[in-house]
Amino acid sequence: MAEQGKGKDVSRDSTSGGGERAADRPRPQASPQQFDVDADLDKNALQELFAPVAGFGVSFSTIFKPVATEQYPFEKVGTFPRYHGRHQLNRYADGMEKCIGCELCAWACPADAIYVEAANNAPGAQYSPGERYGRVYQINYLRCIFCGYCIEACPTRALTMTNEFELASTNRADMIYEKDDLLAPLREGMLNTPLPMVPGTTDVDYYQEKVTGPTPEQVEWVREHRPDDESLEAAAKAAGSRAANRTDALAGERQKGSGR
Amino acid sequence: MTATTSTSASGDLAAEPEVTFTIDGVEVAVPKGTLVIRAAEQIGIQIPRFCEHPLLKPVGACRQCLVEVSVPDREGNLRPMPKPQTSCTLEATPGMVVSTQHTSPVADKAQHAQIEFLLINHPLDCPVCDKGGECPLQNQAMSNGAPESRFKEVKRTFPKPIKISTEILLDRDRCILCQRCTRFQDEIAGDPFIALQGRGGGSPGMDVHGLHAQQIGTFDEAVLGYIPRGEDEPPDYADSLDLASPGGAPGVRGGAVRSVGAAATDVSGRPFSSYFSGNTIQICPVGALTSATYRFRARPFDLVSSDSIAEHDACGSAIRVDHRRNVVVRRLAGEDPVVNEEWITDKDRFAFTWQSAPDVLQAPMVRDEETGELVATSWSEAMAVAAEGLQRARSSGGVGLLPGGRLTLEDAYAWSKFARVVLGTNDVDFRARVHSAEEAQFLGHQVAAAEMDVTFADLERSPQVLLVGLEPEDEAGTIFLRLRKGMLAGKVHVTTIAPLASRGTTKMRANLIPTPPGGEAQVLDALAGNGDLSLDEDVAHALAQPGVVVLAGERLAGSPGAYSALLRYVRARQARLAWVPRRAGDRGAVEAGLLPNLLPGGRPVTEAEARVDLAALWETDTLPEQPGRDHTQILAAAGSGELGGLVIGGVDLSDLPHPAQAERDIRDAGFVVQLEVRHSLVTPYADVVLPVAPPTRKAGTFLTWEGRPRPFEEVFTTHDISDARALDLLAREFGVQLGTGSVQEVHAELAELGAWSAARVPAPEEPAGRITPVSGPNEAVLATWRLMLDAARGQDGEPHLAGTAHRPVARMSARTAAAAGLEGHRKVTVTGPKGAITLPLVLTPMPDQVVWLPQHSPGSSVHRMLGVTAGQTVSLSAVTAEVTS
Repeated sequence: MAEQGKGKDVSRDSTSGGGERAADRPRPQASPQQFDVDADLDKNALQELFAPVAGFGVSFSTIFKPVATEQYPFEKVGTFPRYHGRHQLNRYADGMEKCIGCELCAWACPADAIYVEAANNAPGAQYSPGERYGRVYQINYLRCIFCGYCIEACPTRALTMTNEFELASTNRADMIYEKDDLLAPLREGMLNTPLPMVPGTTDVDYYQEKVTGPTPEQVEWVREHRPDDESLEAAAKAAGSRAANRTDALAGERQKGSGR
Repeated sequence: MTATTSTSASGDLAAEPEVTFTIDGVEVAVPKGTLVIRAAEQIGIQIPRFCEHPLLKPVGACRQCLVEVSVPDREGNLRPMPKPQTSCTLEATPGMVVSTQHTSPVADKAQHAQIEFLLINHPLDCPVCDKGGECPLQNQAMSNGAPESRFKEVKRTFPKPIKISTEILLDRDRCILCQRCTRFQDEIAGDPFIALQGRGGGSPGMDVHGLHAQQIGTFDEAVLGYIPRGEDEPPDYADSLDLASPGGAPGVRGGAVRSVGAAATDVSGRPFSSYFSGNTIQICPVGALTSATYRFRARPFDLVSSDSIAEHDACGSAIRVDHRRNVVVRRLAGEDPVVNEEWITDKDRFAFTWQSAPDVLQAPMVRDEETGELVATSWSEAMAVAAEGLQRARSSGGVGLLPGGRLTLEDAYAWSKFARVVLGTNDVDFRARVHSAEEAQFLGHQVAAAEMDVTFADLERSPQVLLVGLEPEDEAGTIFLRLRKGMLAGKVHVTTIAPLASRGTTKMRANLIPTPPGGEAQVLDALAGNGDLSLDEDVAHALAQPGVVVLAGERLAGSPGAYSALLRYVRARQARLAWVPRRAGDRGAVEAGLLPNLLPGGRPVTEAEARVDLAALWETDTLPEQPGRDHTQILAAAGSGELGGLVIGGVDLSDLPHPAQAERDIRDAGFVVQLEVRHSLVTPYADVVLPVAPPTRKAGTFLTWEGRPRPFEEVFTTHDISDARALDLLAREFGVQLGTGSVQEVHAELAELGAWSAARVPAPEEPAGRITPVSGPNEAVLATWRLMLDAARGQDGEPHLAGTAHRPVARMSARTAAAAGLEGHRKVTVTGPKGAITLPLVLTPMPDQVVWLPQHSPGSSVHRMLGVTAGQTVSLSAVTAEVTS
């Protein structure tokens, strides 16, 4: 008892050595019983026999349990679906960019990680529906805290977050993702920008998802201006099938003459 | 937002009886005639508003400022008005009780309802709108509006964006019809190029049925049933409809909206525009009017704003410079009630790209001795080379200095001191334009170190204002606005001595004394009561009264005897005189003594006493005693080798009377040091080029034409070097401490210097010049001045602004045209000794045998292309190919 008491005393001394203040502070008192190893050894001989390896009990029992170690990066484990990963700038169904360069994401960003410059859309150089598009879009992933405020701020649902989390680099410059890095890849049937808007639609029609894919007019325009565009072939097929059964809501809409 | 002309307004209002009434339980006493909304502001109660603007007349268009009002009746019982009233049109009356939205549920509800009503057709496209983030509609919808829209129907839409000029874009969907823009153009600028058209609420969709509802539009002839004149559309306006609409279609040109005819054109064939149109963008309380230049460039939270002073004219307008990541993206009018109120010219607003043009000099350059090319080098080497060269030049005849007109007061002082102390010469002249010895004398006698007499405030209350050699709308926009304001208030009558009634003259309803260039002196003598010229009796009588304010432009230098006659008139009739130069640095240059006959503070070079006084301050033994050469003489002497070298600042050769000769002279000059912001025509001939800071990159002070100091700080903190500092460094190479290394040092020295009260430069006594006689019907006297928007280098890199410039035309009277055989011709060729200029011909009521050309507009650079200047004769001929049937 003297020894164990000594151990306690030492600790107490070390704390009370600081003076009255530390001693006054209420401290959690450990029960003396907990540390009474000698008393435990007395319990029975079997225990005494296994005493040297008793400490491995947890280790041995764990050997037979499933392994929790993740073999990253050799074996990748998915994230939860709403994990806040790298951002993505989405596209409408025909490939038009959703981002209008309004900078609300940059405004919302608490870390000042986003830089946006907008520019005029022009006939022949239309990147997003309407008057305005994001010409420069940068996210600095050294600053980003993945809070997702930017996604909430986005008025066109252009900015969302993917589950991609492998954001590392050996230099700082590479951690600034440009618009090219962030823009969603073209899905099958989408046309690359710039491309003209679907005739007769406005930015509101796009927003309301009335545009469901590229039209032959858009394909024709891209064929004329960028004959080598990789997205052209698949888009032509998609547009062709759409043109074949033009029962689109959009076609009807256009007939009604929301046009100008 | 609430600037008013304090000096005049308070003076006038002090005499008015006071009215005591109550707003939200607080008793206020205001002068009679005060609007309730203004009185509320005084006690810190903010009533929401859109159409109300303190400098525009009340109109009650937006209905947003509704308040509940009770007024005592004849017996003194308080009677509530049956409906809420607009506080922006309601004058306070004694005993009135006003309850704003803060205390009255009725007013609050009315305001909420009104915001909801205004937002019915508003597209709420704030994310794409340039006004988003600094928009009164956005702000007040948040503070006084409903949180949610109940309007579920389809909103009314118009084709957009409409380019009402190359600079201004109109989005009718966003417009709330407050009419601030049209009222500004009508009441302040006098260019009603936009107006309220149509009637009613319109219908939704982009349906086209003629007039869509009430809307803002350009002056469309079809609206008023005018028959279009069928003239060719000017090709340069049919350009760049390069902005996509919400539907991806091209933008719409103003006046070209369906079934509405083409916009009426002004006499030059261009759709109506205005030199002040940029102000409509700034006062638009929604995003209906936006700037093509600033479109989608930034958001308010991106911008760093700095107060500054405009560098384009001598009015010293307060501006706000907004920059994003070290790039200036826009400039706005600053508020300064005593100078520019809240308005600036389009040149001050949009012409800022020159300061960051691609040809801005980046590093000092020295001419390589072997290759003869300019090579970039360090400041220390450039200084050493410059000092050595100038030393040699000084010993081989001397050095002439041509500082130009862009300098701040501090820079000008450094130039002046450098010339006298380091180079020991009076061969210094800032007047990179037509000038005369008489002018230098006039400036020394009348302008330098004169106390501020005539001010902007005087311009709106002086009963008679006489303009000589000055077109305020083109050469000093703020003066024009003030004069027009005074004229509309019925206080000011303007008379102008000019060859023709310009648009500005017409808008000021000024009396015109038609005078060909060269005849100004005779007219002034006649006004002074001597001379044989007979003038309109009423005009002559009005201008014979004491207290006439005379604004004399720098162009008088080209009219022999005019300055002398001006001084005679001012003496004889006890008039008040102000000299109005064109460039921002000119008045400061006069104060700093950048003239061959003048030292700083109005000290005459020829006065021994003045020289001694200055030499003591400058801690130098002697100052040069003889008056130096003027600008032309300096160039000639440098060209002939009489002078060993030149130091050249902001000199644009096109401004000089003989640009080609000047270029040859500079080429032939011995040693040339250039202190410039950008590459210029002088650079290829310079031996050392020192890059100096543009106004955004240095602190300084411009003096207005009044003599009012307008200090400004740098927008960007850089290591760029101002003229004053560059010259300070250069002087050290000579072993001289110039003491102009910082603005503070110069200020301290200027304070010590003070004004000179002893003998001044004597008044010029030139005989009145005569109009150059013309020898035949094909000859005419040339009249010319610079338009506000022209081919100047200060407007480089701004195509949208250039698109709003007046199209260059030649003007002459119908009789002159007939005599020269130009009847039926649409174009005229004006020929001088150096060449010819061909421009569209516009017949204008003006003296016969006078032809007017823009001095330096695209296709009409008079000095360079003709080789003559105002007052000299040119010959006229028809362009045969252009004869119309």
